Amino acid sequence: MPATLCIDELSVSFAHRTGTVEAVDGVSLRIGPAECVGVVGESGSGKTQLFLAVMGLAGNARVRGSVRFEGKELLGATAPAINRVRGSKLTMIFQDPMTSLTPHLRIGTQLAEVLVCHSGLSWAEARDVAGRMLERVRIPEPQRRLGQYPHELSGGMRQRVMLAMSLLCGPALVIADEPTTALDVTIQAQIIELLRAMRGEAGTALALISHDLAVVAGLADRILVMYAGRIVENAVAAELFRQPRHPYTAELLKCVPSLSGPRLARLPTLAGQPPQPGDALQACPFAPRCPRAADRCRTERPLLTGASTSQVACHFPLS
Amino acid sequence: MRGFAGDAIRRLRANPAAVLALGVICTVVVATLLGPWLNPNNTETLDWLHVAARPGLQNAHWFGTDRLGRDLYARTLAGTRVSIAIGLVASILSILVGVSYGAISGYLGGRTDQAMMRIIEILSGLPLIFFVIFLTVIFGRSESLLFISIGAVGWLTMARIVRGQTLSIRQQDYIAAAVASGASSSRIIARHVVPNVIGPVIVYATLTVPQIILFESFLSFLGLGIQEPGASLGTLIAEGVGEMEAAPWMLLVPGSFLAVLLLCLNIFGDGLRDALDVREG
Repeated sequence: MPATLCIDELSVSFAHRTGTVEAVDGVSLRIGPAECVGVVGESGSGKTQLFLAVMGLAGNARVRGSVRFEGKELLGATAPAINRVRGSKLTMIFQDPMTSLTPHLRIGTQLAEVLVCHSGLSWAEARDVAGRMLERVRIPEPQRRLGQYPHELSGGMRQRVMLAMSLLCGPALVIADEPTTALDVTIQAQIIELLRAMRGEAGTALALISHDLAVVAGLADRILVMYAGRIVENAVAAELFRQPRHPYTAELLKCVPSLSGPRLARLPTLAGQPPQPGDALQACPFAPRCPRAADRCRTERPLLTGASTSQVACHFPLS
Repeated sequence: MRGFAGDAIRRLRANPAAVLALGVICTVVVATLLGPWLNPNNTETLDWLHVAARPGLQNAHWFGTDRLGRDLYARTLAGTRVSIAIGLVASILSILVGVSYGAISGYLGGRTDQAMMRIIEILSGLPLIFFVIFLTVIFGRSESLLFISIGAVGWLTMARIVRGQTLSIRQQDYIAAAVASGASSSRIIARHVVPNVIGPVIVYATLTVPQIILFESFLSFLGLGIQEPGASLGTLIAEGVGEMEAAPWMLLVPGSFLAVLLLCLNIFGDGLRDALDVREG
């Protein structure tokens, strides 16, 4: 089966006064049709930069490597070629719905504009489609909402609008960058439910970026764990939670508080700090915090090895 | 009415000085458009019986006449109309050029932005008076030249303001979202950037109109602007200055029109800025 998104050796680096900072350091990954891949990692692990680079939104960062979407190379493609794909077949939902809608345009206009741009519909037809899409993301009174401005909608409502916008042209892949972080917990659950339903109905592939393991656990088929700009583990979701192989994943899972277990006086945390931009990295960036680190981890870079559904970048993986 | 515009209008209404200023501006504009029909005299007829007559009601020269016997009421209204027209046209020109130039420069950023800003700096470094004198010497005096030379310089500050606003808007998430939904740069500039800078643009434009009126009057006062037999407030004031001691009304009538008009435009512009500036509201 050909991959929907195929990233090879992608690096994103920023010029910094102390030299270049590698926000993403040689990442390769594949997302198949209708597959949901969760990408987890701490703040600064490069998970957002990775997908911004895929969307061509990396700004003034230097992007190297290859990003193929449905077989077509996106890096270095012309702006019109990218814009044909972007927003129709490849869409993105951002973290903060409060600021992701243009404040002076009505909801209906913003949604319709995407269709007018990509599908060549007339404004009237596009508004109809937009109204039906709002209904699909379970927004009450969709016709009234079309005429409203973003500030008249709540955060959860706006995130639904963003979701509707991303689904308008029947995308092959939706990238959701922490779609629930800015929302409160009950709304979070509704959005997750909606994402799940959307996958079931439309067969859209989903890249779900999050630092919240619980969000990812409920949705993803496969999970990628990122640390310091690299993928350190790639595993089927259930396997990852049952038997993590990278020490970092294992430590992360220990930090998740349990509802049923004994009440702990103090939540376990990872010792040490994640590397800061500009820090000199060891061959394995996790080595300074790793309970299993040995000399080899400081001299030889661990590569991501193993079958495509169970990969780990560690010299001494857990088994 | 709801939304941003509605709020702004409500705040503007609560400002009595701005409302009064707007009333005066409207009155003056209506007067310059209707005024000539209310008076039997036109701007060019010479009334030899009443040369340099005092203002009064007895001989239908309500504001008096100048030293050629032309009716000052008719000439002042015609001059005000010309001044306002130049102010408006040059402001619209500066909005069109300045907004598109500034938005493109700010949105594209990088080297394009640097180059476009350097061009503006070079243009704003030109001494305006010499620039206008050169143009008049090369192309001869004409009204369209006056429009062009004022408009050529008027858009520079507008472009700077719009660029500054665009730089901050470019960082907003909704611009990233628009890019991610496949909109081209020109569409993003036209639909997502420009409408968001409209507040400062309106404010600056209302403050540009009096500046340009003043500048036009200044040029005409020096004899570089509107030529006889046409009149603008500047030429009328220049004529009036010559007769200041013998016939002070020739200076005072156009002078007070200019002063009141500029004052009201500035007060209204300030009121508009307060109404549109949410941070201070």
